[in-house]
Amino acid sequence: MLYIIVIGCGRLGSYLANSLSRTGHSIVIIDKNQNTSRLLNSEFSGFFIEGDATEFSVLKQARIDKSDVVVATTQDDNLNLMVAQIAKQIYQVKRVVARVFDPNREIIYRDFGIETICPTIISGEVFLDAISVPPAAMGGK
Amino acid sequence: MHIIIVGGDKIVYFLTRLFQSKGHTVTIINRDYDDCTRLARSLKSVIIHGDGSDPAILEEAGAFTCNAILAITPNDQDNLIICQLGSKRFHITKTLALVNDPDNETVFTKLGVSTVFSITRILSNLIEQQTAFENVINLIPAAGGKVNMTEIILDGESPVIGRRIKDLLFPVNSLITIILRNDEPIVPGGDTTLLENDRIVVMTLPENHAQVIRLLTGEYM
Repeated sequence: MLYIIVIGCGRLGSYLANSLSRTGHSIVIIDKNQNTSRLLNSEFSGFFIEGDATEFSVLKQARIDKSDVVVATTQDDNLNLMVAQIAKQIYQVKRVVARVFDPNREIIYRDFGIETICPTIISGEVFLDAISVPPAAMGGK
Repeated sequence: MHIIIVGGDKIVYFLTRLFQSKGHTVTIINRDYDDCTRLARSLKSVIIHGDGSDPAILEEAGAFTCNAILAITPNDQDNLIICQLGSKRFHITKTLALVNDPDNETVFTKLGVSTVFSITRILSNLIEQQTAFENVINLIPAAGGKVNMTEIILDGESPVIGRRIKDLLFPVNSLITIILRNDEPIVPGGDTTLLENDRIVVMTLPENHAQVIRLLTGEYM
């Protein structure tokens, strides 16, 4: 069983929290908006903290020092990157993943050693695959 | 020196004017279109409308050749990323970030920002300094500032209450000149015991002033 902190209780954050909680992990999810907790279903047995994850005391309240995994899933790229760095570089959390929408920023931070997932690139590739446009070097004839 | 300032509304206007008057070049990046328009009307500097944490916008602002970047947006996370992109991607040596949460001062320093400042901390320090010395009044510089005459009211927290003057480790060249006890003036001697609510007038020199105040009030300057 792992102690996992999820930042952001949107569609992605709540999905992860529900799934991870179902598989028996201990979850704390943080969102600055209390209303988002309605996205957590009956399978969720963790804790919800209403608070701004850029506030250091909120991360401490979530016991970031004791966590095994931190996943930052908010809509705010910069917030996700900030929390991921605090987790990784200040608290040496073993597994840290940040969602970053901006492909340019994603590449830079991946180079700095922050594990990032870029939904833009992922869905872009899936779309390209679906419409089967051949790469420019080969195509055109 | 070329400085990039990201964010800030009124303050960026005055900062830019100040920097320009000292001969520096300033480029401003701001997310708000109306703010940009207003700044462009009143300042002779390059104003870029866009997200300062976008590497492409920073490059457009001349990040590769600038000397310092100052991030003063209202969001701590944006200020961190702006400064980190500045130093890591564009090799800017001086990066300065404003933080709202005073705890983030240490966090940002650890994450590589060269200077971090918190308005919250600055203001609270100012207020503490003002209130800590409410018992210290009438600071009169005499002899062209070489001698200070200061009146101090000894409150219940003073560490010298109940002690004789000769037992206090008073620094050389400082003196309790008079004690007002129940409005009666007493010229003190070494055997005089200090009591709560005594108003004492001390003579100090600039080099021992802080030490004397600390000795009598227990508070740091």
